[in-house]
Amino acid sequence: MTTKSISLTVNGKTVEQEVEPRTHLADFLRHGIGLTGTHLGCEHGVCGACTVLVDGQAVRSCLMLAVQADGAEVVTVEGLAPETGGDDGLSPIQAAFREFHGLQCGYCTPGFLTSLTQLLMENPDIGEEDLRKELSGNLCRCTGYAGIVRAALAAAQAYKEAAASGMGGSR
Amino acid sequence: MKAAAFDYHRPANRAEALDMAGSLDNAKFLAGGQSLVAMLNMRYAIVDHLIDLNHVSDLAGIEMTGDRLRLGAMTRQRAVKDDTALAARAPIFAAALDYVGHFQTRNRGTVGGSLGHMDPSAELMALATLMDAEVEVQSKARTRTLSIADYPMAYMTPAIEMDEMITGVTFALPAEGHGWGFHEHAQRHGDFAVCGVAALMELAGGTVSRTAITVFGIGMAPQRARAAEDLLAGQTPGDDLYRAAGDALDDLDYTTDAMASAAYRRRLAGVLTRRALADAATRAGGDRR
Ligand SMILES: Cc1cc2nc3c(=O)[nH]c(=O)nc-3n(C[C@@H](O)[C@H](O)[C@H](O)COP(=O)(O)OP(=O)(O)OC[C@H]3O[C@@H](n4cnc5c(N)ncnc54)[C@H](O)[C@@H]3O)c2cc1C
Ligand code: FES
Ligand code: FES
Repeated sequence: MTTKSISLTVNGKTVEQEVEPRTHLADFLRHGIGLTGTHLGCEHGVCGACTVLVDGQAVRSCLMLAVQADGAEVVTVEGLAPETGGDDGLSPIQAAFREFHGLQCGYCTPGFLTSLTQLLMENPDIGEEDLRKELSGNLCRCTGYAGIVRAALAAAQAYKEAAASGMGGSR
Repeated sequence: MKAAAFDYHRPANRAEALDMAGSLDNAKFLAGGQSLVAMLNMRYAIVDHLIDLNHVSDLAGIEMTGDRLRLGAMTRQRAVKDDTALAARAPIFAAALDYVGHFQTRNRGTVGGSLGHMDPSAELMALATLMDAEVEVQSKARTRTLSIADYPMAYMTPAIEMDEMITGVTFALPAEGHGWGFHEHAQRHGDFAVCGVAALMELAGGTVSRTAITVFGIGMAPQRARAAEDLLAGQTPGDDLYRAAGDALDDLDYTTDAMASAAYRRRLAGVLTRRALADAATRAGGDRR
């Protein structure tokens, strides 16, 4: 087994490291560079807790190898609210989760936030029924989903305005 | 759990990938990783080499020419679901893809990976069976085409060799104006179906001129419901007919597993067939009484 050296951007910063091919992206983010916001619930693709954005697309970081992220632009929950976030330092979906009680223990939350970021940027007009269907890939053991759905619908407006004003950067 | 150690290879083109597949021992192609990496993490699969196809450029693409649709192996499931020309010509693709996992898994999951994994509930396998697809495979030595009827060999095992790569799959699209229906039952949206039914219907002068029915998730691979298809030919669409078709599914093989019994699957197949046919008839402009 030969290690590979990879170079990628994580939350806007360039990262270079040697990785074992078998190390998945989630373990690389958590252990390789200390970004423990990405959570692992199942490691086989079912729970969605490990979701991160790779080149703008929500993917399960337990099902992608770190070597495959070579050259990619990765955004984790820690990077959702960079300078473009609001005064509170939160992105619109993060602020809405706080306001509408979209989380309790918070274990599933990074996966919901990253998933909803892609979903709402691409489809800010989504209705409740479709939203619930699209969120079927993220499991939450605490909230019963009601607060999560309410938060997402409330935040949609902000993503719509961001899309309208052409500043796609409002993660 | 964590995957056992393996070496990782990133071929830049098809020839390089095929060379590797022909020379490396205990190697597997890595496509979207949405099934394979999960199997590696759980150590259901242990490999010495992974050959990553994500940088082989000529393996992805959607081509429609007349009544043929070709999907390149590395075409993402998302791209198929979102293709507007395909949605206009054969909406059953977008409807079926909506059931394939979740939007996050479709962002990476591919058409070729779905055929390679061959889960009994795979919707893309069901569509391939419904539309008499042909699977193209290539090794360093040869290129060949398998009809979908000859493609499944055993449970989750297609009839392809270790050194063979799936390069694409070609579907025979039904004529313009056909009706379609797609229904499945799963524990949660996006989970693997306990049973699903895909149906096509064409009408001429108020009677059924052609149908195709595929039941999937019930056995090793999707199955065409030939007896039910024969029963529908030349008949006037209506609820009694759909019921009769749903009752004519005893020629299929149903398995029992932890999720459901064979008898329950047989029952679901009947119900879902009725629904799929009713939808297909309505969409074909037929009578749905
Ligand atoms: C939570 C979850 C739910 C899911 N639900 C569904 C569902 O409802 N329906 C469904 O159909 N799928 C479902 N899947 C699986 C689906 O997402 C996978 O995308 C698909 O099964 C495999 O495609 P892949 O591109 O990810 O392939 P990989 O996982 O990379 O590969 C799968 C297999 O195919 C082989 N392979 C890949 N490409 C080739 C090729 N070109 N030539 C030869 N062999 C090849 C690999 O070696 C491997 O053995 C689900 C997955 C998850 C994680
Ligand atoms: S840890 Fe990746 S989906 Fe559960
Ligand atoms: S908040 Fe606890 S799992 Fe979702």
